[in-house]
Amino acid sequence: MSILVNKDTRLIVQGFTGSQGTLHSEQSIDYGTNIVGGVTPGKGGTEHLGQPVFNSVKEAVDKLDPNASIIFVPAKFCKESIIESAEAGVKLIVCITEGIPTLDMLEVKKRIDDLGVRLIGPNCPGVITPGEAKLGIMPGNIHKPGSIGIISRSGTLTYEAVKQTTDLGFGQSSCVGIGGDPIPGSSFIDMLKLFEDDDQTEAIVLVGEIGGTAEEAAAEYIKNNVTKPVISYIAGQTAPAGKRMGHAGAIIAGGKGTAKDKIKKLEECGVHIADNLVSIGSKVAEVLDR
Amino acid sequence: MNLHEYQGKVLFAEYNLPVSKGKVIFSADEVIDACNEIGGSKWVVKAQVHAGGRGKSGGVELISSPEDGIKFAEKWIGKNLVTYQTDSKGQPVNSILVEECTNIAKELYLSAVIDRESQKIVFIGSSEGGVNIEDVAKNMPEKIIYQGVVFGDDSLSDDASNIAQVLKLNDSQTKQFIPMIDNLLRLFVEKDLSLLEINPLVITENGDLLCLDAKVNIDSNALFRQPELEEMYDESQEDPQEAEAARNDLSYVSLDGNIGCMVNGAGLAMGTMDTIKFYGGNPANFLDVGGTATQERVAKAFKIILEDPDVKVVLVNIFGGIVRCDLIAEGIIAAIKEVEVKIPVVVRLEGNSADKGSKILSKADIKIESINDLANAAKKAVDFAK
Repeated sequence: MSILVNKDTRLIVQGFTGSQGTLHSEQSIDYGTNIVGGVTPGKGGTEHLGQPVFNSVKEAVDKLDPNASIIFVPAKFCKESIIESAEAGVKLIVCITEGIPTLDMLEVKKRIDDLGVRLIGPNCPGVITPGEAKLGIMPGNIHKPGSIGIISRSGTLTYEAVKQTTDLGFGQSSCVGIGGDPIPGSSFIDMLKLFEDDDQTEAIVLVGEIGGTAEEAAAEYIKNNVTKPVISYIAGQTAPAGKRMGHAGAIIAGGKGTAKDKIKKLEECGVHIADNLVSIGSKVAEVLDR
Repeated sequence: MNLHEYQGKVLFAEYNLPVSKGKVIFSADEVIDACNEIGGSKWVVKAQVHAGGRGKSGGVELISSPEDGIKFAEKWIGKNLVTYQTDSKGQPVNSILVEECTNIAKELYLSAVIDRESQKIVFIGSSEGGVNIEDVAKNMPEKIIYQGVVFGDDSLSDDASNIAQVLKLNDSQTKQFIPMIDNLLRLFVEKDLSLLEINPLVITENGDLLCLDAKVNIDSNALFRQPELEEMYDESQEDPQEAEAARNDLSYVSLDGNIGCMVNGAGLAMGTMDTIKFYGGNPANFLDVGGTATQERVAKAFKIILEDPDVKVVLVNIFGGIVRCDLIAEGIIAAIKEVEVKIPVVVRLEGNSADKGSKILSKADIKIESINDLANAAKKAVDFAK
């Protein structure tokens, strides 16, 4: 088992023929992901990377019966692309794009919730189930099938956690980047639920960062609902208040969202804290007593 | 992106929100005309900077003659205003807003933000205005209302009435207030705001509502569809290095330590700063060089980091994902030569072809400390910075 994606995932790519769409689709296909086709308005009827291209998600859904979509279109078109995909009946949408206006995401979030669609991202590296399917821009080769579930708001920090758990021999069940935006499609809690129910996952690594209160909410949820050990690293302990640290969501505003508060809350709720970026893997080993 | 008060008030007026009659001036010569145009015998002059706390720092004055306005303009234009919200250098004053004088009966607070938890636009209102709202939230939480609203929703006037109650408005003020909330929400949504704050919103001696201040932040990600707002950008209010970085599409925040950081990925950049701190050092900056880390971008990043005279060493931390570390290593070497970096550089490469990358670095004809273990790389940088 794993969460969200596996070898049965039938993926379509929105923004298939663009430079990012092409590069990452090639890498995903090499990894073994089953990309069944793609969508680029105006290019319907052509072929790309050996797969059919459609003008709309609706056509692609009718012809290909996909169960997931990944989006590489520019930020200004993402609202339409996500909603188009959700309305066409795709149940899992992964949006990689960074820079979507927040008000667009408020609208998107409401729509996908109404339709019962799972959105991962935006502004994220995507989702991978090692050895089965890679829906995203993460380097496949650092992953290894295994027992750790990883959830993160940051791309490269996820890679650090992956590398460390691979090097120590644990491997990963699935890894999900929920993204660095203030209004993400899925929350830590959404992913914690899935990992808690997943047999393959023995422990969960939660990589958070400053800004908002998603980690605090996750901590409360873990205390009441998660039986598996959770190990957490929170980035931004040295970040100043009031400054956006790269990610749109990474800002300490009105005294809220500091790393210190998040770590305190997580600790209170029984989460194991890796106090240094380099010790995520060793903390997992310590908690699992291996 | 932040707007000045005078720019915010132009937007307010466009949305039929009550603002004082006023005029912005950019030199002392314009004061007399501005006062004549506004009329009356008393005016308020307000230095325009992207920071609050202006009143307590001498940046706002009540004047009874245009001559006093000229003195105020001469005192401030071209100077920096330091308030409790700025750093010790302060913010440059390039313009002054001259406004008619308002007789205030009561000061209130009103703002709107996008609330991450409820995933809604939330209005925050308080009967305590003109003070720091965070202090009110802490000391008198019962005097604040947080009202989530939905654009286009029928219940908006009920929501507005709820806020009006906490603001203790009378019937005629509430009648003014309900359309005001509607207009503010329209402004918020149509102009892609991320924050709107009126502190204070006042009740005048005549019993009318008036927006005495206007703080407006715009979602930078939405500027592509707000060209007329993008033109209002005032780069003079930004940290020069941060503005330079933004122009080059790099994400940079200056800090007060002495270890320069260049990292790919925002999360890892924060993590790297924390690791430096963990080993006893102090980061000089946050810098996300982006996923590709090409020679051009690395060179730009070095230039920006080295503009900070405190920087004694640069720690480069790259996790090669899709991009190979050997290519990144070549880019780093070329960039160091191009920029003529004279201080020590510690490079940590991890991920795709990291070994090849470090070999290239260690064979380079310039001195680079290539350390693939992040803990050791951070310790080395801390040593250099001592």
